Amino acid sequence: MYSEKVMDHFSNPRNVGELENPSGTGTVGNAKCGDIMKMDIQVENGVIVDVKFKTFGCGAAIATSSMATEMVKGKRVAEALQLTNKAVAEALDGLPPVKMHCSMLAEQAIHAAVEDYIKKHPEEAAGLELTQAE
Amino acid sequence: MDRIYMDNAATTAVAPEVLQTMLPYFSEMYGNPSSIHSTGRDARRAVDAARKQVAQAIGAQPTEIYFTAGGSESDNWAIKGTAFAKRDKGNHIITTAIEHHAVLHTCQWLEKQGFQVTYLPVDEYGRVRVEDVEKAITDKTILISVMAANNEIGTLEPIAEIGKLAHEKGILFHTDAVQAVGAIPLDVNAMHIDMLSMSGHKFHGPKGIGALYIRKGVRPDVFMHGGAQERAQRAGTENLPGIIGMGKAIELATQNLEANAARMTRLRDKLIDGILAEIPEVRLNGHRTQRLPNNVNVSIRYIEGEALLLRLDLAGIAGSSGSACTSGSLDPSHVLLAIGLPHEIAHGSLRLSLGTDTTEAEVDEVLRVLPGIVKDLRAMSVLNAETSTLGANCPFMK
Ligand SMILES: Cc1ncc(COP(=O)(O)O)c(C=O)c1O
Ligand SMILES: [Zn+2]
Repeated sequence: MYSEKVMDHFSNPRNVGELENPSGTGTVGNAKCGDIMKMDIQVENGVIVDVKFKTFGCGAAIATSSMATEMVKGKRVAEALQLTNKAVAEALDGLPPVKMHCSMLAEQAIHAAVEDYIKKHPEEAAGLELTQAE
Repeated sequence: MDRIYMDNAATTAVAPEVLQTMLPYFSEMYGNPSSIHSTGRDARRAVDAARKQVAQAIGAQPTEIYFTAGGSESDNWAIKGTAFAKRDKGNHIITTAIEHHAVLHTCQWLEKQGFQVTYLPVDEYGRVRVEDVEKAITDKTILISVMAANNEIGTLEPIAEIGKLAHEKGILFHTDAVQAVGAIPLDVNAMHIDMLSMSGHKFHGPKGIGALYIRKGVRPDVFMHGGAQERAQRAGTENLPGIIGMGKAIELATQNLEANAARMTRLRDKLIDGILAEIPEVRLNGHRTQRLPNNVNVSIRYIEGEALLLRLDLAGIAGSSGSACTSGSLDPSHVLLAIGLPHEIAHGSLRLSLGTDTTEAEVDEVLRVLPGIVKDLRAMSVLNAETSTLGANCPFMK
């Protein structure tokens, strides 16, 4: 039911772990629905130079976490805010319809980490002209 | 090592002897059992022999066995058929919160048709209390349906006591014995059972064939209308190879029941003890001894069941889970919630169900591989003793 890409990111997830002093961190989901994701980002000069995740969840949740970190690493904060769950799913060659819920969490986790960064570093973020994707 | 199949509660391999018995009935002895000619009469004789094999396995008469297309149909027929046949007497049905969906969704549908259903709770091991059944009985109760053994956590239900109670009160008793047939001894008379559902593919028979035992004198409404097959109670040309296969499979399963059960119980306990000893923060779901000889069900804290199944599959091991992500909904298994597990712990469940062909080497291999996979998944999980809202000393992990 999962594509080869999903299985690749599930069995060899990229960027697993935590950052020591992240610029921003976001945790979304809850144990009730069975998926929780936490993303840490390190921002330098408006660029996400490092990102790590930890996920409690199914195969799709782990694979989308991994893919989402790959997609925002090295990107500008403004670009990370444009990340959508659809883009993450497409990058994984698609997800089964019942698993789109899990990819929503990946989008939300990245956005939550960026918002946390903005809240903690308002003076830095002010110069970045941030708008959020719908 | 070859792939290790530990999902026998989902389905089993057709036994080689069963397959051999079935094969001639596809293209040599393919007659319609209703036909007058000798090709048809040969088929009729074979169906009658299989009916006898099924009847003997549960202490019934052959005339009390009706072949169906499987466990789901048998459950639907017993419950809907009884509800409508007894409508003049009452509209109340008693069942449990942990039944298979073939029973639960049938009862929920009947509620929409104006019937009233009591879904009894179970204790922490998944057992129904006979006192609760008794308290739920009203003068409108027409049917009690309680499964013989639960398909997820393997808990055995006190069906003989419940059957006795039902008969004292003059109420019909149905049991979904789909997981119990061939695994534990069953006797419809000693256990006061009026209707019993079974399914061929759970005991090394073929898929798409099952049976409903209906006690002589009990008359649920006809469910499948049409021809006069199955004493005019269940229409449709017989699934001849399926019936032959199910007859052979149930004969083998019941002949070897004690030996198989003893073997599997030993391997089951080795697997349970090994998992509990090797992996920290694991709990056994279901009862330690009042459980199917082949069922292991554990919850492994901080990880999610589907991810675990995928990793096991990559390691060549087939199991199943009651996590939401394997059920296609956002809720984990209704059985795990009914025994009181919080969602977080229900999501981390793993069921390993042994077969009569499971070897000790396979159990050892699972015990060798599983701890490492759990460690890996825990290392990438955001949940741990500090982050879990259930805290470090979660009472469900005793
Ligand atoms: C307890 C129980 N009842 C009913 C069924 C349904 O049986 P079948 O697949 O033959 O329709 C199953 C099978 O999963 C089961 O385990
Ligand atoms: Zn998920």
